[in-house]
Amino acid sequence: MTITLSHFTSAILFSVFASVVFGITQRNSPREMVRYGLYCFAMFAGGVILAGWVMWLIRR
Amino acid sequence: MANSTATKSKPADTAQPEAPLTTMSVVAPALGWLIPGAGHLIQKRWGRGLLLMFSIFTMFFLGLAMQGRVYKPNGGDILDMLGFVGNIGAGGLYIVTRALDWGHGAISHATADYGTKFLIVAGLLNFIAVADAYHIAIGKKP
Repeated sequence: MTITLSHFTSAILFSVFASVVFGITQRNSPREMVRYGLYCFAMFAGGVILAGWVMWLIRR
Repeated sequence: MANSTATKSKPADTAQPEAPLTTMSVVAPALGWLIPGAGHLIQKRWGRGLLLMFSIFTMFFLGLAMQGRVYKPNGGDILDMLGFVGNIGAGGLYIVTRALDWGHGAISHATADYGTKFLIVAGLLNFIAVADAYHIAIGKKP
């Protein structure tokens, strides 16, 4: 089976799975795990979008 | 004066007590490495274990489906060796993949490079999960 994902979809999937693992392993209580997981996801996804805009500006 | 010397307290003992070596502190990380998430499941952390298992398994299989490359131990190049270190973190998944001769990578697809990164990071995330299973086993984490 072969799948072809776009760069953005790949980055979002990567962010989701990495954030789940970071959230579970880096915090102690379930509430903190959820909060940290969401924070990591926001940082990953936000970083991707920000980097995309920076590259767009550089190309101009 | 003599009294003051007598009441001098000893410097605080800052040495941390060593973690007890229990069967669980050996079995949980080993099982967690072999089957991602199982180190948590064996310690009855069902939710965490299943989430870790789902995340790492899915990331690894997505990497394979994107035709990512699985590194071999004797790659020859230093970057290949680093890739192998990342891959080997996936434990049983890596062993099965190599046994079935999957993960040759496809140079013709741009997304195959993303797949290679997915495979490496799945292994690295499993290393973190293994360390977490160990911390639970020694009582450092609830």
